[in-house]
Amino acid sequence: MLTAGQAAAAIAVMAGVTFLTRVLPFLLFDRGESPPKIVLYLGRMLPPAVIAMLIIYCLRGISFSAPAGWAPQLIAVGAVVGLHLWKHNNLLSIFGGTILYMVLVQAVFV
Amino acid sequence: MDRKALAAAFPVTVPVLMGYLSIGIAFGLMLERIGYNFIWAFFMSLTIYAGSGQYLGVSLLETAATLGTVALMTFLINFRHLVYGLSMLEKFRGMGIRKLYMIFSLTDETYALLASAQAPVGVNPKDFYFAIALLDHAYWILGSVIGAVAGALLPIDITGIDFAMTALFVVIAVDQWKAYKKHFPAVLGGAVTVLFLIVLGYFFGQQQMLLISLGVIVLVLLIFRDKLEETPAAEGEEGAPC
Repeated sequence: MLTAGQAAAAIAVMAGVTFLTRVLPFLLFDRGESPPKIVLYLGRMLPPAVIAMLIIYCLRGISFSAPAGWAPQLIAVGAVVGLHLWKHNNLLSIFGGTILYMVLVQAVFV
Repeated sequence: MDRKALAAAFPVTVPVLMGYLSIGIAFGLMLERIGYNFIWAFFMSLTIYAGSGQYLGVSLLETAATLGTVALMTFLINFRHLVYGLSMLEKFRGMGIRKLYMIFSLTDETYALLASAQAPVGVNPKDFYFAIALLDHAYWILGSVIGAVAGALLPIDITGIDFAMTALFVVIAVDQWKAYKKHFPAVLGGAVTVLFLIVLGYFFGQQQMLLISLGVIVLVLLIFRDKLEETPAAEGEEGAPC
């Protein structure tokens, strides 16, 4: 575990970088000129690519040597997709999937 | 800001109240589980104030990531904020010192409310916007503190609660999939990351591979720019929570 000082430094970096992503458009483009087209293009195209990347990042621990290494993740991801397509309710999808995953790792694939 | 602005803003923010309390509680539980109590939850939610960013922050703290990795990952996950800011340039003009706070507190939900909500007659729109931002931030802090305290007091097994982060990203991805006409960026992002993070990361370490994945994604997007931009991109906003 990190020391309290190291953890505080990591949190300060998270806070600083998060603020940077929010303030950058105002620093760069608040004088009326419109942003370069290439910035707008990447601004449109990157979010889905980055979210896909983060999903893979979250699932990087999957291993196929035993069902417990992959089944809970894949079943729960499937449930989140299914719930979300069905009910379009963010909270229901997130919590339904999470509770299912918790049941799977705690009671089913032990 | 006066009470009139707060009273006008409150009903508008009720959906965010419910969402932030639940997602904030899950964050507090996750943080408590890796050994950080409600004081940490309070300060993270006060100073960072980003749902998916703080979920990721939990795993960065847990894995003792280097500050460089922390900065990179935080930047990546919050990249979409750049787009929000672009559409708030006009709205925040003339807000004086409060503009800094408006920029700081521009989460997905606050962005969504500000983009759509209209100040009632007789209420100064600037006060109204500021009240919305302030209330949302308060809900988020409250939720995460409740979660951390509950995690410490309740004798429940919360193994697996960290899946909430994966679920949040999957929900964002499903919304994006429906909002975007072209699915190439999403497929590209997934495929490149599988290749570099999982396959090559196995040999070279996963932290460097994430940066390389992003570089390759940007490069491919730039190469195919003409093709991807041939139809005017009327893609909707991403319907992302937090």
